[in-house]
Amino acid sequence: MSTGFHIVVCGSLVPDPLQTLAPVQGPAGPALKNELMLPAVLDPFAAHSLYEAANLAKKAPGSKIWLVSLGNKAKLQQLMMTVAQKVPFELVPLDGPASGFTDSFEVAAALAGAIDKIPNLDRSRLLLFGGCASASRDAGVTMQMVGERLGILDQFLAVDELKVEENGSLRFLERIEGGRYQVSVCSGPPAMVAWATGNLPEPPNNPQIGMQNMRAIMPALQKAQPAPVATSGITFASVTLPAQQRQTRIVKDASVEEIAKEIVAWIKE
Amino acid sequence: MEKILFLACTQEDGVLPKAALETLTAAADLAAAVQAPLAVGLIGENVQAAADAIAACGAQEFCAVTGEDFASSRYASDAAAAEALVRKTSATLVLAPALSRLAKALPGVALRLDGRIETHVCAVDGALNIQRWYYRQRMIATLTRSQRPWFLLIDPGVFKPWEGQAASVMVEPVAVTLPESARRTRFVGFEAPPADAQTIRPEAELLFVAGAGWTKKQADGQPHVKVAEKLIHDFITKAKASLGSSKSLVDQTSEGGEVISLLSHLNQVGQTGATPRHPKGLATCCHGEEPHTVGWRFINKRRAVNLDANCGWAIGKADVLYVADAFQVVAKVNELLGD
Ligand SMILES: Cc1cc2nc3c(=O)[nH]c(=O)nc-3n(C[C@H](O)[C@H](O)[C@H](O)COP(=O)(O)OP(=O)(O)OC[C@H]3O[C@@H](n4cnc5c(N)ncnc54)[C@H](O)[C@@H]3O)c2cc1C
Repeated sequence: MSTGFHIVVCGSLVPDPLQTLAPVQGPAGPALKNELMLPAVLDPFAAHSLYEAANLAKKAPGSKIWLVSLGNKAKLQQLMMTVAQKVPFELVPLDGPASGFTDSFEVAAALAGAIDKIPNLDRSRLLLFGGCASASRDAGVTMQMVGERLGILDQFLAVDELKVEENGSLRFLERIEGGRYQVSVCSGPPAMVAWATGNLPEPPNNPQIGMQNMRAIMPALQKAQPAPVATSGITFASVTLPAQQRQTRIVKDASVEEIAKEIVAWIKE
Repeated sequence: MEKILFLACTQEDGVLPKAALETLTAAADLAAAVQAPLAVGLIGENVQAAADAIAACGAQEFCAVTGEDFASSRYASDAAAAEALVRKTSATLVLAPALSRLAKALPGVALRLDGRIETHVCAVDGALNIQRWYYRQRMIATLTRSQRPWFLLIDPGVFKPWEGQAASVMVEPVAVTLPESARRTRFVGFEAPPADAQTIRPEAELLFVAGAGWTKKQADGQPHVKVAEKLIHDFITKAKASLGSSKSLVDQTSEGGEVISLLSHLNQVGQTGATPRHPKGLATCCHGEEPHTVGWRFINKRRAVNLDANCGWAIGKADVLYVADAFQVVAKVNELLGD
């Protein structure tokens, strides 16, 4: 009997959060200024899910990880230079826009279609991983729609912990309102797990893993299927940067006593 | 002609959470603006009290999926219930609060019904233009959609909670029979820090944001993490504040070394953390540049304490920056706040 999990991680690139972002009107709707020039990172929540996948796979021998990424092919290749050094996985690239303005419905259709075509994917052992929200669209809906398209009815959102119990069931901690967790137990895979930050630090770069991964990643990128997702049905009236700059009053040479008094008065206002 | 459905789940105590009542305001206002009929759809173990409490919201129709199977959050059962309610009411616009339970269930329901969904909605007008932020609160868009049903998850803290007279209403039960496959997941319970250790308080007037400076070497060349922890703890207790943190500070918990034990990833605000809504915010020892200060995008009045007069978290973003030692200032503030 085969053991371990088949973990499919959905995650793509987003502009490095340290970059200045500005919206522009493109031919197909809103876009980011110089989008293709902006340095990119693996979408943070999805990146956490990839690290959690690797950690789980290590503990469950026979497991395998795929990373399904929809993004500009050249940018994906750049991104892989670092991401491929983190953990072992097989890349399933889709060549299309990674913009936050594309419709999650269409993105989910493209991702589910690609997952459907993964050879030898064992659905009975499938854990569909991803981030609970992207740093681009930040909608928190794509993973559920991918799960739904793949017929997965056990779904978990904003997960910080997944424990495999002795009987094979899966115990989840999901973030809910007010700094609390919901605890649920699912009898086993298949399940969709949209991660929050989890509990693992970013793995250090390991050039050996990188080299191993890249052997399959380069040919996969060359064969990447086009995925022209768009924004059908949406009309954007405007996309703007928040304009309000505050006039900051800088209090420099006041005593601690004066400052504390002012703060307390303000708190009590 | 549009038809609006206000969709919500009851809490463990059988009533609607505040965020749901806020969404009801949005739904009732929208129904009036577009002159569309309003229906109420509720999910929960027993929803009668919740329905009675909103009897006067102007809805022509109240229906619900109830029973033990629908008492707590589970994707399979909540999605089945929501799907049944949308089908039953033939709604074209579905407004629901952006709380964890429906945020998990509704995207799949939108797909089943070949509809579309927008989340983190913070404004809706009579022309059906909605507003939401993109790139984690970095830019705001106004948009509309042609597809129906269109699901809108309304962010908490944007609309005023609906208020009105309670009365007894007839709630039409909508039957949903769950297949065994929808019961593979079992709700076990909640995990929360003990009430006095709970530092995340969504209803607090004030958000206190702690930055990594609290754990850095101070003027005497030493870090004072335990002192910092006590000062922060005392402050949020006395000021009844909610505790937020920069990414750098919470990341220290997974990096080893001495840390502020009050903090977990749940406290993180910013680009990859939360963007809570509070009337006031006080940031201390935070340096983050523009992309990270999105953590207090939705804080109305903002002040900061930092040793650095050029603090990137404050200049142009806070109303007041106190250039001072946060250890000294917070100690004095705590003293003045008394017990
Ligand atoms: C992918 C990615 C995602 C990110 N997401 C987030 C996010 O969600 N949220 C976030 O916050 N950041 C985020 N960041 C940014 C990041 O981690 C920043 O470096 C961080 O926000 C800055 O942390 P800080 O302000 O706590 O501390 P520091 O940059 O270390 O600054 C410490 C400050 O404390 C001050 N200080 C020290 N001692 C005192 C004292 N006694 N009194 C007063 N002031 C004092 C110093 O003057 C300094 O300004 C992200 C970065 C990346 C790459």
